[in-house]
Amino acid sequence: MPSSQNGSANASDKLAEPNETFAPLSARRLLLLGGIGLILVGMIFGDIFAVFVLHQNASRVGASLAAASHAAFAGDRAAVANYFRDVGGFLENRGTKVDTHAHMIAFGYLALMLSLLAPWTALSDGTKRRLAWLFLCGAGLLPLCVFLIHYVGLAYSPLKSIGWASIFADLGGLFVIIALASYLYGLLKHFLSQERAAVRDHLLADSSVAGRLLLAGGVLLVMLGFLHGSYYAAVDLYRHEALDCSILSQVTLGAAERNATAVDNGLAAYGQLQGEKAVNIAAHAHIIEFGVLSILLAFFQPYVDLHEIRKHRWALVFLLGSFLLPVCVLLEMKFGLTAGGLADIGGLLVIVSLLAMWVGILRHAGRLDAGDAT
Amino acid sequence: MSGARRLLLAGGIALALWGMGYGLWYAVFAEHQALEEIGASLSTAFAGAAQRDVAQSAAALLRYRESKYIYDRQVDVHSHWIGLAMVLIVLGLCFDKLSFSENTKLWLAVAFLAGACLFPLGVLFQVHDRGPLPRILAISGSALEIASLGVIALGLARRQSFAPTS
Repeated sequence: MPSSQNGSANASDKLAEPNETFAPLSARRLLLLGGIGLILVGMIFGDIFAVFVLHQNASRVGASLAAASHAAFAGDRAAVANYFRDVGGFLENRGTKVDTHAHMIAFGYLALMLSLLAPWTALSDGTKRRLAWLFLCGAGLLPLCVFLIHYVGLAYSPLKSIGWASIFADLGGLFVIIALASYLYGLLKHFLSQERAAVRDHLLADSSVAGRLLLAGGVLLVMLGFLHGSYYAAVDLYRHEALDCSILSQVTLGAAERNATAVDNGLAAYGQLQGEKAVNIAAHAHIIEFGVLSILLAFFQPYVDLHEIRKHRWALVFLLGSFLLPVCVLLEMKFGLTAGGLADIGGLLVIVSLLAMWVGILRHAGRLDAGDAT
Repeated sequence: MSGARRLLLAGGIALALWGMGYGLWYAVFAEHQALEEIGASLSTAFAGAAQRDVAQSAAALLRYRESKYIYDRQVDVHSHWIGLAMVLIVLGLCFDKLSFSENTKLWLAVAFLAGACLFPLGVLFQVHDRGPLPRILAISGSALEIASLGVIALGLARRQSFAPTS
């Protein structure tokens, strides 16, 4: 082991025992299994949303914008306002679905981080466990209720502009904030304590092949995401912003001057531009998120109770999917459905490998519990 | 826990709290107004076209461009501060695995944290100043991020190449 790895370790350090930190219904176990579960559900929801809702919704938004342009062309101001109201409704539908997907996965990441930080949290085991349950309840409640906002609306609501779904979504958010604030208090209490012993967690000291692969791959994915973001900002961002306004100007001017060709060409160019922006943002966000998830999963490899070769393979599958999805999303504008299909396969590889790791962790937990029982 | 790791973890948590606080302030006091302005100006531009009023339409589109420019940057700043904070925390957890001296790791952590603070700050300043300075700040911040991450990757790779023989 290289000296740098032990550089910060002292003789008085307290090594967190694997069985002690991963006991049945312990905060670490709840947050780890719950966190990966949240990420899995969020990803599956995202895949379903991408296949069955995203493109159809984008078509409806495009169709309403085209209808508004043609209403302007015909001089019908009232119809313009109506079509823009429709656009608002479609965007709200899309926005709540995206929020459900994004929040569920982000809460999953937070759960994994809290699980890692559990040994440094100076709270009693019972308190940590209750906080873990509170966090998981809030992390499930918020996305579920955000998803329902579009369908429940203001039905039976005691308030004028906020429906029951929004109220319960806020309640879920409050649960998460209370749990996070309490964990933060526990961390501060640990680090400000005078007589604390330094904690060395066995998870952070792991150097298995699968763990190293996920760690290196994760850092590489994050770096690729940073490089792509820089390239997009340098080459496309300002051009896209300028085009956004000039195309809309072309459409409105064409409608005012009753030039149907200008309106139709402008609408086609606007659709193309929105597509280009969407794939760039999605690729940038996904590759970095997969990179961060890969690094987080690297820490938990000691808990994955699978044969070393299988762990190695699942790590490779995860990295392959994490690379394939954003790259193919980026290529969707050029290669259309072929790239879209490959992106979906990439997403599936990530989901399957994550599921395999989750099963491995469940096996480890089961084996540990059986050992405890005997 | 090494100083570099402590800096990244504490800096990451502080940056996440700052980013969330900024997002909360923006959501409560500015976001709805900005979205209202974007929607209304776009609708007015098309309504102006329906009335054959090209001047009204052009003026509304200018308002749309301005409010969209500001909105996009505000949202980007919020999401990038929190996203970079997550990366800081996650890398902080594995920072002791880097095969560099403690001093090098500390400087690396300082550079990474500085980049994570400066890059979104440069983007935010673009809202108030359209000159080159905010862009230079944002570019410098992102360059610092990429360079630091490259060195971190190198540090991890060096460790891994050492691992089997040690």
